[in-house]
Amino acid sequence: MYRYDEFDESFVSSRVAQFRDQVRRRLSGDLTEDQFKPLRLMNGVYLQLHAYMLRVAIPYGTLNARQMRKLAEVARTYDRGYGHFTTRQNIQFNWPRLQDVPDILAELAEVEMHAIQTSGNCIRNVTADHFAGAAADEVADPRPYAEILRQWSSLHPEFSFLPRKFKIAVTGAAHDRAAVQVHDIGLQLMRDEAGAIGFTVFVGGGLGRTPMVARKVRDFLPETDLLAYTEAILRVYNRYGRRDNKYKARVKILMHETGLETLRADIEREFQEVRSGVLDLPKAEVDRISAYFAPPPFVPEQAGEADAFARALASDPALATFAERNLAPHKAPGYASLTISLKPIGEAPGDASAEQMELVADLAETFGHDEIRVSHEQNLVLPHVRKADVPEIFRRLRGAGLAEANAGLITDIIACPGMDYCALATARSIPVAQRISERFAASGRQREIGDLKVKISGCINACGHHHVGHIGILGVEKKGEEYYQITLGGSGDENTSIGQIVGRGFSYDGIVDAVETVVDTYLGLRQSPQEDFLAAYRRVGDTPFKEALYGTA
Amino acid sequence: MQADIYKENGFFLDEWQLLEDEQALPTEPGRFLVSLERFVAAPEAFASLPEIAILVRAGDDVTVLAPHLDRFTMVAIEFAAFSDGRGYSSARLLRQRLCYHGELRAVGDVLLDQIPLMRRCGFDAFKVVHEPTRRALETGHLAEVPLYLQPAARPDEQPAGARAWARSPAGLAR
Ligand code: SF4
Repeated sequence: MYRYDEFDESFVSSRVAQFRDQVRRRLSGDLTEDQFKPLRLMNGVYLQLHAYMLRVAIPYGTLNARQMRKLAEVARTYDRGYGHFTTRQNIQFNWPRLQDVPDILAELAEVEMHAIQTSGNCIRNVTADHFAGAAADEVADPRPYAEILRQWSSLHPEFSFLPRKFKIAVTGAAHDRAAVQVHDIGLQLMRDEAGAIGFTVFVGGGLGRTPMVARKVRDFLPETDLLAYTEAILRVYNRYGRRDNKYKARVKILMHETGLETLRADIEREFQEVRSGVLDLPKAEVDRISAYFAPPPFVPEQAGEADAFARALASDPALATFAERNLAPHKAPGYASLTISLKPIGEAPGDASAEQMELVADLAETFGHDEIRVSHEQNLVLPHVRKADVPEIFRRLRGAGLAEANAGLITDIIACPGMDYCALATARSIPVAQRISERFAASGRQREIGDLKVKISGCINACGHHHVGHIGILGVEKKGEEYYQITLGGSGDENTSIGQIVGRGFSYDGIVDAVETVVDTYLGLRQSPQEDFLAAYRRVGDTPFKEALYGTA
Repeated sequence: MQADIYKENGFFLDEWQLLEDEQALPTEPGRFLVSLERFVAAPEAFASLPEIAILVRAGDDVTVLAPHLDRFTMVAIEFAAFSDGRGYSSARLLRQRLCYHGELRAVGDVLLDQIPLMRRCGFDAFKVVHEPTRRALETGHLAEVPLYLQPAARPDEQPAGARAWARSPAGLAR
């Protein structure tokens, strides 16, 4: 993984010093809250319902054991002993005091971490496939490009006061696990016929109150043009994006109002001016950054290893269930990527205690080439483990309540913080997730239902990505009561679609029954257990679900 | 009048007088700041005024100034609110695309924490009316991260080591 050199170290510690000074000037009154707000946001500090919140960057979701232990320490020292992993592959601490934040940042800097651009109207932390560098279906590792973009965008002098936040995601595989088409810029790594790397470029995706799937602006952008083209997009957006209404300020609205052809022409015109200049990506720089992401020295698969693993699975049904759901195919023989679900039945999605973080750090060191990932589905991943070690890893995870075998199942729910923490919330989301999780807890039942993504947001801002949930749930407020709207058929992969509202909302008490009705309807109409919920929905449409929920079509 | 124009080597008096859009053209000599909109609508109308500067507002397209830039020794870019970042792009376009070499001044809501970013985009003068900002600048406190990870509009920035875009400020070779 990427390692700081002397320059990066000085850069991050200068940023800590700068922020310390900004906090000092805020506390002394030199900065008003209005003046301070964008500065603190650009360094990940939010004002929440009860306290400040600090969002720490985990670039493209990659971290090592030492960093994870530091997060545990911060959770213990400055928070209430836990942290919350987010859909942007970051971690949030919900209870720090403002005056402690510079110290927390200084501690994080010791392990090459920071909170730069985890919020604010700037280019946010770049995200990538959580199986990057490991996945069997990968064209190339997206992380070197995510890192190049991260560096280029850090404290960018021109793009720090954009109309609105700006999110970039990169995927290296045809099967998109990074939801690139719901980002402001989505990059899909490709190879041309000659084998050269390039990107399919999508612009203008986003969720929020006006969900939109990104439009393709380039089929194949050569690697060398990555930064020049990105700068062209950002400059067009910075100049022409709307600033009169913050709900219409994302690049998706510019795309919508300008139209694909015109906006693409604007971007190309700007690109022609910028290209073949100082931003051309030198091959040597790509190679230098890529070297940091070289695969670890995989242990060759031993004779008999696969058989032994098969026997272990056969003799332990719980282990077999875990392996079936939580192991993903790896490019090295004998290896797998192992998902550690942060969705134990009935718990808040994405939360991890300091002790759990430390256990994951130990496991990564002992069994996982010192690598950990955070997925945008709010789980942790050990990207490189030998299958032979899985029984032991499973045993230790089970001891810490981290062995839930539900990756990709109905209880692997994404939920935003909602009314429990968020000042903008109109409804609770975590308790709804907990209740759905409890309702479907039986392992056999979940597995019978199969792949099903449930995503819950506590308000129209859609941080829980409900628009791309196979079943999406949006909490709204009506006459002082919480109501929950169901959307069906959303998806955030290579066939991205925005879910359709199925009908009027359900009360807090009624929402779990409604979800169960949807699930039972699906079970009744699927052609075979291999036809998952999304495929069945796409085949039959929403009529049977409406009938089941409302008695009418 | 207070010297409120901050430059590399201190504070200076503002020698330019704003000509409001609805104000008649002056007959007496002087140095006048004219809005981009008014100027490009009728450039020939200003032939009688030997010294004019241009005021660029957020949303103005600076590239329309290309044929006229020889006429100006000063261009001011207005930040109606510090959070409106359009002026940064206008500055880079003027410096890098249109090769404007005169004074480039930030006016409006100009605050301490934005000045380092503005400098990197090509501004070299700042009209500072915010008292705490002025105090900080007077004591030489620039509140900057003096290491950069991307090229911008200042050709005098130094490479910091062998990395492609790592840079440090002019005169601060590492
Ligand atoms: S969706 Fe709404 S309630 Fe949930 S975290 Fe975002 S802003 Fe808060």
